[in-house]
Amino acid sequence: MPERVGVYICHCGSNIAGKIDIEKLAGFAEKLDNVALVRDYKFMCSDPGQNLIQSDLEAGLIDRVVVASCSPLMHENTFRKVCERSGVNPYLFTMTNIREQCSWVHIDEASSTEKAMDLLAASVRRAVYLEPLEKREVAINPRTLVIGGGIAGIQAALDLAEAGKEVVLVEREPSIGGHMAKFDKTFPTLDCAACILTPRMVQIGQHANIHLMSYAEVEEINGYVGNFNIKVRQKARYVDADLCNGCGMCWEKCPGTRVPRKGNVHEKLSLGPTSSIYMPFMQAIPAIPVIDRESCLYFQKGKCRICEQVCERNAINYDMEDSFEEFEVGNIIIATGFQPFDPSVIKRYGYGTLPNVLTSVEFEIMNCASGSTGGKILKADGTEPKSIGIVHCVGSRDKHYHEYCSRVCCMYALKFAHLIKEKTDAEVYNFYIDLRCFGKGYEEFYDRLLGEDVRFIRGKVGEISRWVAEEDEKDQLIVRVEDTLVGAVRRIPLDMVVLCTALEKQDGLDRVAKMCSVSVGKDGFIIEKHPKLGPVSTATDGVFIVGVAQSPKDIPDTVAQASAASSAVLSMITREKIEIEAATAEIIEEKCSGCRICNNLCPYLAINFDEEKKVSIINEALCKGCGTCVAACPSNAITAKHFNDKQIFAEIEGLLSAR
Amino acid sequence: MKYTYYPGCSVKATANLYQESIDAISPILGLELEELEDWNCCGATAYMSVKELMSFAISARNLALAEPFHRDVVTPCSACYLVLNKTNQYFTEYPDLRKKLGQALEAGGLSYSGNIRVRHILDVLFNDVGPEKISSLVKKRLDGLRVAPYYGCQIVRPEMGFDDPDDPQSMDRLIESLGATSVEYPLKTKCCGASLMGTEEDLALRLCCELLTGAESAGAHCIVTLCPLCQMNLDVYQSKVNRLCRMKHNIPVLYITQLIGIALGLPSKDLGLDKLAVKLTKPVKEILQGA
Amino acid sequence: MLKKEIVYESTLDHDFLEEIYSLPGGHEIKKCIQCGTCSGSCPTSHVMDHAPRKIFSLIRAGFREEVLDSNTIWFCSSCYTCSVRCPKEIKITDVMYALKRLAIKEGKTKGKKAVVLSKNFVKLVNKYGRNHETELMTRYIIQAELFNAFKFIPQGWKLFSKGRLPLFPHKIKNIDQLRKILKKVDELGEI
Ligand SMILES: Cc1cc2nc3c(=O)[nH]c(=O)nc-3n(C[C@H](O)[C@H](O)[C@H](O)COP(=O)(O)OP(=O)(O)OC[C@H]3O[C@@H](n4cnc5c(N)ncnc54)[C@H](O)[C@@H]3O)c2cc1C
Ligand code: SF4
Ligand code: SF4
Ligand code: SF4
Ligand code: SF4
Ligand code: SF4
Ligand code: SF4
Repeated sequence: MPERVGVYICHCGSNIAGKIDIEKLAGFAEKLDNVALVRDYKFMCSDPGQNLIQSDLEAGLIDRVVVASCSPLMHENTFRKVCERSGVNPYLFTMTNIREQCSWVHIDEASSTEKAMDLLAASVRRAVYLEPLEKREVAINPRTLVIGGGIAGIQAALDLAEAGKEVVLVEREPSIGGHMAKFDKTFPTLDCAACILTPRMVQIGQHANIHLMSYAEVEEINGYVGNFNIKVRQKARYVDADLCNGCGMCWEKCPGTRVPRKGNVHEKLSLGPTSSIYMPFMQAIPAIPVIDRESCLYFQKGKCRICEQVCERNAINYDMEDSFEEFEVGNIIIATGFQPFDPSVIKRYGYGTLPNVLTSVEFEIMNCASGSTGGKILKADGTEPKSIGIVHCVGSRDKHYHEYCSRVCCMYALKFAHLIKEKTDAEVYNFYIDLRCFGKGYEEFYDRLLGEDVRFIRGKVGEISRWVAEEDEKDQLIVRVEDTLVGAVRRIPLDMVVLCTALEKQDGLDRVAKMCSVSVGKDGFIIEKHPKLGPVSTATDGVFIVGVAQSPKDIPDTVAQASAASSAVLSMITREKIEIEAATAEIIEEKCSGCRICNNLCPYLAINFDEEKKVSIINEALCKGCGTCVAACPSNAITAKHFNDKQIFAEIEGLLSAR
Repeated sequence: MKYTYYPGCSVKATANLYQESIDAISPILGLELEELEDWNCCGATAYMSVKELMSFAISARNLALAEPFHRDVVTPCSACYLVLNKTNQYFTEYPDLRKKLGQALEAGGLSYSGNIRVRHILDVLFNDVGPEKISSLVKKRLDGLRVAPYYGCQIVRPEMGFDDPDDPQSMDRLIESLGATSVEYPLKTKCCGASLMGTEEDLALRLCCELLTGAESAGAHCIVTLCPLCQMNLDVYQSKVNRLCRMKHNIPVLYITQLIGIALGLPSKDLGLDKLAVKLTKPVKEILQGA
Repeated sequence: MLKKEIVYESTLDHDFLEEIYSLPGGHEIKKCIQCGTCSGSCPTSHVMDHAPRKIFSLIRAGFREEVLDSNTIWFCSSCYTCSVRCPKEIKITDVMYALKRLAIKEGKTKGKKAVVLSKNFVKLVNKYGRNHETELMTRYIIQAELFNAFKFIPQGWKLFSKGRLPLFPHKIKNIDQLRKILKKVDELGEI
């Protein structure tokens, strides 16, 4: 018996029916070969619409389904499910887009109706050649890899661990904590950063379900959703983590200097010990030091070994080498955060050449009670500044550097202003373009600052120099700026200037992205699956992004994303199995010449080479059926299921022979 | 090293001392500057304000004349450098402009394909000759001479790529290669108001006054520059600045090529030093003679 | 316009933005974020009627006369500081040139002196192929600053006595070729 195609035309309210003559289209469809019946309905995706298809299938009136409606992105899955419910293979259904590609983009009713006819004829012809495909399932490994141990990674790891799932947390630095560990207070509530972060860090270190690998980096990722193989490099700390008890004897006696001990206050800024063997800050987790090879006297000059002598636990081991660990996980969360923009490239702001011009992160460290100034705000010469300028948007909203707004700097600039007012008698100037105080309690914080007599000047700073024009400008930093609201150019002499530098993509993010087969956007951050509806997932199943790795954001948003990602991972794990795309590509071994052209083309790294048989093979679990390899293969050895030559030619024929 | 040389109108007139010093040092530094036959005005700022396309067209005639020689065009004038470069850049950036310029040149029997690189003599001195070579040729080291390096605006802007638009360093390095000290001079790329000197004199004089004050308070013995317009403003107009701003500036303003010439041991008359409006001051003379 | 009065929409020229926008270099001005980097960097903005930033908001709002009548465009020294610093990479100096040309075309008088100087410059270049500074200043003084002529004497004398002021112009050999090119441009019309 020949194939019997059922055609269902959707009105989509007036979205389609307003521009396409449905009656005419239906009449046309009825006359096409193999069409057994044609129906139209106001909303095919509604329950009654779906029921139309289901009852026809169940009654055995048809065995192929064509729905002419919106984009497959919207409802392909809906109608596939209908087929499944009716006991018909879902791949015997195909969709014709007469909305996005037709009624929405054309003005004239007659011609859009004609175009709809062409498209429909193509689908009907294609439907005849559709073949049933088997959906496959893979098991999900319940362990999760979290890359990056800032607040984003910490939150995600704890959520999962608390739910009883195993987590491996890989952090590149000697300690977890990320940027938040360098802050004194956090906006807008001014909670003490350490007070809210440290307990979580301790929990990470102690949790039975969390395997923390600090001072480590992911080297390789293979596999696919549910089954990723991970290889991690554990960098040599030169301190045996099992023996060390964090007593601190070593760094107290170490003569090496990682951070200069002499020099001015600003050169000496540091949270932890300045020695070569050091902890990045005192609340570090794990509380185990590392040796900085670059400044260690033993590694550089061959003499010293003092730390070895003073360590009562014999924990120092200069012969330690990088080691590797391999394991499997089911899902991956990328939480690699950001790095601050280096403002020395903006010569007119004098960072790196003028004294007392600081970056925001340096200013945070200076404010931290456990830092080298004990939380005091000091000029390079150790005296207290009488006036401080805070320059917004440095490296952000600027086509020469980053076009995007870094989103948190306005708020931390306000926080700085408050801290300065609290700790010193200095006048504070905020130089801003727009004040972006959008979050809960943020506008109120701004309001509070206005009351604290902080001076706000709307204008991006033209330049900072030591060009003295008046007596009272001597020995000061001169900020030249247009006060745009007053409409005057002003020269403001200041003791200190803090540059609110942009948050930019983390160094090495491209490598992480490539390993995980996810893409980065023009701004350098990882692209999410959907900007509104899929903010923590990516185009690669089983890979999630949280925190600033996705885009600049503050701590509340970061934490919200981290919890969202962990719940998405939990939902995967609880399913235990996941269905994977059946419309994949397939290599016909006999035809494959072993040229390997396809191997590097696959954007999902799904093609491997079988060295024994000398042919390429596609890992069906990884293949998304994109078709890149199919088009590239010079031997015609690759076919795409659901889009094979027969089906495509039929579609083209349908399109050309329609009228 | 052979180049096509484009002097520009000023260098042939009010800045003839610049030309003299360039002529004097080029053979020693191994620079062969062959003047472009029958060049015309670059189409400077003033022209641009009246007729845009015409200004580009007269500029393009020079580029078209230079193209058959397949050599970099070198000019000592920052204004010419900017205008010729801008013509070159817009010629490639705006197809519409390119078409019209092509037609205009054709009317004069010329054509241009956009393949000429226009460079400032500072770029050549710094990148092609280099501070090391210059240093090795120095006969009289200028130890103790404190120099304010004044680049002016148009050599580094709009971004030409050979030095930073806000904090250029190439001339600083050249000055140091002669043994002199290049002082911290935050005004090194501030505008001297050259294009306003004719029409808005007071304003231009005030800009010059800032530059002179800045150099003196940085402890400089002299200012060194590389643009005919800047040199004229700071040198010839210095007395006028003093009158308007009630100041007593007395700081010589030399061309970098003159300073190099001195260090190479050339006699001052070959370098046009006698043509400076502000005479070399006592401390400068002492250092130069002692050297 | 811009008297202390309510500004009525009917008095504004909303096509002005498009007019500037279509000039070479003008196409980015819609993107100005009014940050003030240009004005804060400009060496002469403090004496301008309206700093460069404000010129852009006036253009956008349609204050045609206000812009073309302002001294701003004539106080721009073409130093390009604004252009290299503008975070939106707007070619501000080019826009200033465009405004100068527009103001000249419409016979605005604010920049009369600059116009006299520029027009004479153009005349000389068209005549000789090169500028002749002596003749340029003489023409300019006679036409624009006759009553101030004395103030130009000291510097002129200084240059002359140092042998830096040539009395005779240099005419390029192939001036005909240059004139043919300029004639063609005239036919093609400005951009
Ligand atoms: C000066 C300043 C002040 C701020 N103040 C506040 C505030 O007061 N309130 C507020 O809400 N927000 C504030 N923020 C924003 C806040 O810092 C971020 O929201 C937060 O740090 C984001 O956390 P994260 O985990 O995404 O990134 P990060 O804190 O950057 O952490 C990322 C972690 O990943 C690690 N990592 C990176 N790459 C790799 C890799 N390849 N492999 C393994 N590990 C890797 C890093 O070492 C780091 O530990 C401020 C930001 C700045 C710059
Ligand atoms: S390495 Fe030894 S001395 Fe250093 S902290 Fe650990 S136990 Fe103490
Ligand atoms: S061996 Fe290195 S780390 Fe140890 S004490 Fe000496 S300098 Fe410090
Ligand atoms: S958050 Fe504020 S300071 Fe930061 S880039 Fe955006 S506007 Fe500028
Ligand atoms: S169809 Fe696409 S995803 Fe599948 S193997 Fe080929 S290139 Fe890779
Ligand atoms: S610098 Fe650019 S963006 Fe900022 S106000 Fe000026 S023109 Fe506008
Ligand atoms: S080019 Fe003109 S507007 Fe721009 S900074 Fe220079 S003088 Fe000011």
